[in-house]
Amino acid sequence: MSHVWTIAEQSKGKLRAVSFELLSRGRKLADKMGTKLCAVLLGANLSDETLEELIHRGADEVYFVDDRRLENFIVETYSNVLSDLIRQYKPHTILAAATSSGRTLMPHVAIQVTTGLTADCTELEIEEETNHLLQTRPAIGGNIMATIKTPNHSPQMATVRPKSSRPLALDRTRQGRIIRLVLKEELVDLRVQVIGYREGTEEFANIEEAEVVVAGGKGLKKAENFALLRELASHFNAVLGASRDAVDRGWLPYPHQVGLSGKTISPKLYICAGISGSIQHLAGIKTAEYIVAINQDPDANIFRLADFGIVGNLFEVIPLINAKLAAHKKKEGE
Amino acid sequence: MEIMIPIKQVPETSNVKMDKDTGTMIREGVVSVINPLDLYAIETGIQLKEKFGGKVTVCTMGPQSAVKALKEAIAMGCDEGFLISDKKFAGADTWATSYTISEAIKKLGSYDLVIAGERATDGDTGQVGPGIAAWLGLPLATYVSKIDNVTDESIVVERLVEDGYQILQMPLPALLTVVKEISNPRLPTLRGKKKARACQLQVMSAADLQLNDACIGLKGSPTRVIKIGYPKVSRSGKIFKASGDAGLNEAVDALFQFLEEKELI
Repeated sequence: MSHVWTIAEQSKGKLRAVSFELLSRGRKLADKMGTKLCAVLLGANLSDETLEELIHRGADEVYFVDDRRLENFIVETYSNVLSDLIRQYKPHTILAAATSSGRTLMPHVAIQVTTGLTADCTELEIEEETNHLLQTRPAIGGNIMATIKTPNHSPQMATVRPKSSRPLALDRTRQGRIIRLVLKEELVDLRVQVIGYREGTEEFANIEEAEVVVAGGKGLKKAENFALLRELASHFNAVLGASRDAVDRGWLPYPHQVGLSGKTISPKLYICAGISGSIQHLAGIKTAEYIVAINQDPDANIFRLADFGIVGNLFEVIPLINAKLAAHKKKEGE
Repeated sequence: MEIMIPIKQVPETSNVKMDKDTGTMIREGVVSVINPLDLYAIETGIQLKEKFGGKVTVCTMGPQSAVKALKEAIAMGCDEGFLISDKKFAGADTWATSYTISEAIKKLGSYDLVIAGERATDGDTGQVGPGIAAWLGLPLATYVSKIDNVTDESIVVERLVEDGYQILQMPLPALLTVVKEISNPRLPTLRGKKKARACQLQVMSAADLQLNDACIGLKGSPTRVIKIGYPKVSRSGKIFKASGDAGLNEAVDALFQFLEEKELI
């Protein structure tokens, strides 16, 4: 039985959290088929200790291709390496993260190895009898759920949104094998060079991987009023988001935009204020676990998707929530 | 600078009404438009042409009615449009679509840049752009938010990633997929509209492109949609009216209870 692979991700020598989320998805599939789960990682200079965490989080084997030229994600070389590993080891299934690198790498690999790929899956199952991977994803702005499979090609490949599954608990007693591989020179493609890096704005950090996102829209009225949401966000360690209206007005930069023309996110909690909820916006938050909406208009679309809604003036509601959260925190601290 | 822009026609979704009982989109009266994210690609292409000279060519794979999208792009300032259309293309997934478009781009001649929208708002996969780059063997930068520098041989771009911007230098020809941050799409001009009305668009069929039938349409697609389901649209959440001090306090208290129950605070 061929194996289930997950594509782990690293940044500056550290594993990214999404690597562990993929392993929890992959573990279920591998167990169902009674096969091994392998994490594949491309990078430079990662210690055994770091790689072992992949085993402690569910992997049976870790394939690590270690070369300084793999330190930064470059799709050409990454795609050559992964395609070469696929031809050599013939995995049954590959899961990758729907991140800026995963969503670039996997479609490139799909062409190189001639197989199908399904983007942004929310559910993955193994079909009885055929062992085909059943991949369910939202489409048409989240209005339908399509279940897709790759019946005649191998491997079966899917990307999965960050934060759409929980990592397995760390189990330091788990045993596994770490296989270090050398980068083959013929796979190196240096046409694209990383020549620099620019940090995002302060609150930029990873809206797609945030546990909690606090977002504002047109109802905020002006950029300064985002201070209210910043305070609210600080209580949850949340990342700020914004509707397209707010971004188009220049209140927050584009990387914060949530919705079809911005980011699609799956946080545990999404709190939004002054966002009426266009179809495009709702499509970007449909897979959030809990949605809390605050809006003046009782007929606002956003309330149809909310788990908890407050119809009211956000300039009254948010300060009260902030005050209560501050008091709550103080009480906890005592 | 010769620029190719593959675009897609999608249903206009900003005014879409949902059927509350079935959770489906009411298609009646929905018009088709250029994929909103492709507008950023078109604008970027036109700006590069204005700066460096050359030509911007748009192409789209779709039914005859997709001519409208090409004409809109020409009205914005693109120079030529090609429709890649054949009954045999029906049911193509991203693998077969990227094969077909890449073959059309090859046929269209030499180019310095292929610029695509990051994804289309209907399929929402973002897979066709990188797929075309793989078929054509072009260096690829996805999520491009800014073009810093262009020379005859190379381009420097910024690419939006999870925690900032990666700055890439790459040789031309290359393929970029772009995000909204890169440009502010212009509206078609009257002159552009006239030009679009007058221009003849060439149609390319599977035979014109000498495509391998085993690689196109549903037959050439590795993936199969086997089931369509409808997600629950509403979450039937609790809605509180925060009017007056009492109402306000009650609503916020209820919110705290909700957050505590769900272990969110």
